[in-house]
Amino acid sequence: MAGSRGRGRSQFTFSVDALGFGRGDSLPTSAQTPSPLFPPMQFRPVPLHAGEEVDYMLALKQELRASSKNLPFHIKAARTKTDVARYSDKYQNGEPKNNCIEWSPDWSRMPKELCIKVRKPRKTVIGAKPQLTRKPKVAAGKEEVLQKLETLEKREEEQHSEEEEDEEKKKQNDEEEEPDADEDYDEEEIEDETDYIMSYFDNGEDFGADSDDNMDEAVY
Amino acid sequence: MRSDRRSLRHVFRETVCVPNSSSAGRRSHHCGGRRSDMSSEMTAQEVRLCGLLLQEHFGDVVEKVGTHLIRSGVLTLRALAHETKLPLDLVKKSLCVLMQHGMCAFGAGRRGPAGPVEYHIICERILHMLRYPRYIYTAKSLYGDTGELIVEEILQRGQMTMSSTVKTVADRLTHNMPEGQSMDYSEVVSAFSRLVETHFLQRCPPMASAESSSSGADNTPLPAVTQPTEPEDHPECYKLPYINLTGQGKRRRSSEDGEADPRAAKKAKTDSSERGDEGIYWQVNFQRFHLHFRDQAIISAVSCKLDQTSSEIVRTMLRMSEVTTPTHAAFTQALSANEIFRALPSSYNIARPILDQYLTLLVDDPMEFVGKTGDSGGGMYVVNLHRALANLARATLESVVQERFGSRSARIFRLLLRKRHLEQKQVEDFAMVPAKEAKDMLYTLLSENLVQLQEIPKTPDYAPSRTFYLYTVNQLPTARLLLQHCYKTVGNLIERRLYETKENKRLLEKSQRIEAILASLQATGAEAAQLTEVEEMITAPERQQLESLRHHINKLDSSENQVDETIFLLESYINSTQAPR
Repeated sequence: MAGSRGRGRSQFTFSVDALGFGRGDSLPTSAQTPSPLFPPMQFRPVPLHAGEEVDYMLALKQELRASSKNLPFHIKAARTKTDVARYSDKYQNGEPKNNCIEWSPDWSRMPKELCIKVRKPRKTVIGAKPQLTRKPKVAAGKEEVLQKLETLEKREEEQHSEEEEDEEKKKQNDEEEEPDADEDYDEEEIEDETDYIMSYFDNGEDFGADSDDNMDEAVY
Repeated sequence: MRSDRRSLRHVFRETVCVPNSSSAGRRSHHCGGRRSDMSSEMTAQEVRLCGLLLQEHFGDVVEKVGTHLIRSGVLTLRALAHETKLPLDLVKKSLCVLMQHGMCAFGAGRRGPAGPVEYHIICERILHMLRYPRYIYTAKSLYGDTGELIVEEILQRGQMTMSSTVKTVADRLTHNMPEGQSMDYSEVVSAFSRLVETHFLQRCPPMASAESSSSGADNTPLPAVTQPTEPEDHPECYKLPYINLTGQGKRRRSSEDGEADPRAAKKAKTDSSERGDEGIYWQVNFQRFHLHFRDQAIISAVSCKLDQTSSEIVRTMLRMSEVTTPTHAAFTQALSANEIFRALPSSYNIARPILDQYLTLLVDDPMEFVGKTGDSGGGMYVVNLHRALANLARATLESVVQERFGSRSARIFRLLLRKRHLEQKQVEDFAMVPAKEAKDMLYTLLSENLVQLQEIPKTPDYAPSRTFYLYTVNQLPTARLLLQHCYKTVGNLIERRLYETKENKRLLEKSQRIEAILASLQATGAEAAQLTEVEEMITAPERQQLESLRHHINKLDSSENQVDETIFLLESYINSTQAPR
């Protein structure tokens, strides 16, 4: 306390030998630079485990890493078009698109707001709710119309009364038939020997679909 | 002295020593005091590691979304898209991926069921990704190649139906079999059933949401989604669905790749609904695997400390109480010596009195793996699970100190663990280390935060000459600190591996291209001269560089696996000290 200050002048409040150095020793030099980023180690680390088990797990790890890059869960952002929109962009199906998902999750287990168009038209989601981001079909394909007419004709031949029911069903099952038609599409492409290459046909489905959230451009 | 007694009634003040950069992962108040299930309180190191793991497996987009969601806690879809400045569709896709893998969950938001849904990340699931190789290897060792592939498929896809798993695994196995043979579905089904029976696989909890089946308007409020429940709460968690699946795995020919696959996939989709399997998804039961790892750790510790026979006895005891012991129990069910004797594997025909001696040895061992709880039935014995974990964690801490600071520092550390509070003079005496070196070591340990200083004042003014300074080690906070170090280590290892890969990207791509060329040449039957010509396109120094790169990457990967073992041990210990939920 303040009162005892005058007494034993050379008394410190701590015992000097507990500090680790005696009187008269020079203080250790102060640090001039920050401590090194990789300080030299006093003791070398113990070598890693080795053995069959370790090697197998190492191989597993590397395989998993490599294969996870090919799974549809590995999401890559679609490349933003840098300069001019090119004619070939329409036919490059390999590029990931932002508004499609490459696998079909079970939508009943997820909140509705996450629903997004499933990419591969072949993957029919049975009992799917109408997709929120879908735009109404602009124009039906030539083949689809023909096919519908054919089936309608067949049904007309059978029974008149059932025709109306079928038409309604067809409208409801529009989503399912569409991809079915797509599948038959390719088969017909091989079978028919037309001069027209079917894959060049653009049915306008993707028209305007990309600019969903970006309202800067006017839609014609 | 009267003054001493008065002063001791003063409040203890625990001094936390000088913080340094090595403890950057700590929370501000004390060494990582957080519950592991509160995902909103993630330390910086954990967030960094989660980000790196997400990036490795799912790409940059998911990493950005995931990291932001971890940092924010809970967010709605709109808020998430707005804050990450990513297109809404990408955010939706990322959330779908995370939910598929069980890393993200959703729940009714703050505004109740009528408001927007809020999402949050389950961080420990992301950290489990580090351990995938270990899960797969365990499945292989227990259930063979079939079990291994089943677990691998389910891990990679998050959740799958039984029928699709069986088909995929059968196809993969058929692919590896010699020509003409194929894998029957029934074998895969039986392996799947065994995995479910032993609880390694479990059903995904059904969503308790009332789905509006009709296509409502776009602005229909979301169905009342309750929090996804724990899988174990459902009685049918481990019930196999009845599926009508017969057939064999198909060998996938490379020419039919494009056509056959989507058609088969389409067929598979329609088939699964016919098989009666629709909507029943299976996921890996990580907790069960962790119990298995814990048992393995205890058994190997016993075998190292004592001998093989003792470890067999402990293994038998653990096996017998597998189903009866609840998950967070501190010790197994009591087993009588008679039962243990009967249940020992037949290859170990030891006499009954020898078994009793072994059991006595196990009970007397200071590691306290086995405890005696009664005398009926020849003696009732339990395996002390929590104490075993605590001892294993303690051994880990001591080993870390020994390898980093030397055996004398380790001796001081062990001393402080046992004796709790010691003065400097006492440390020097008990550890038999000269004063100056003891001081030096203690201060080093203090600066690394492995040892804490406790002041006990004699007078109210905390005058240094009249205060006791005691050194102490607290096992739990130190374990948390080391766990954060481990997370930081794994993060560093991953970053270093990414750096190494990036540095040598050009070379790696070149070698991949040349391998592809070689493969195609060999497939078309080229001469040896052409092959050597292509091989020579990589020069000798480049080859050497590639070799050393591969060696480095293998080493880094192997280190990650090994650090993960320590992470598992420390995490198990810390979780065992927390009260069961």
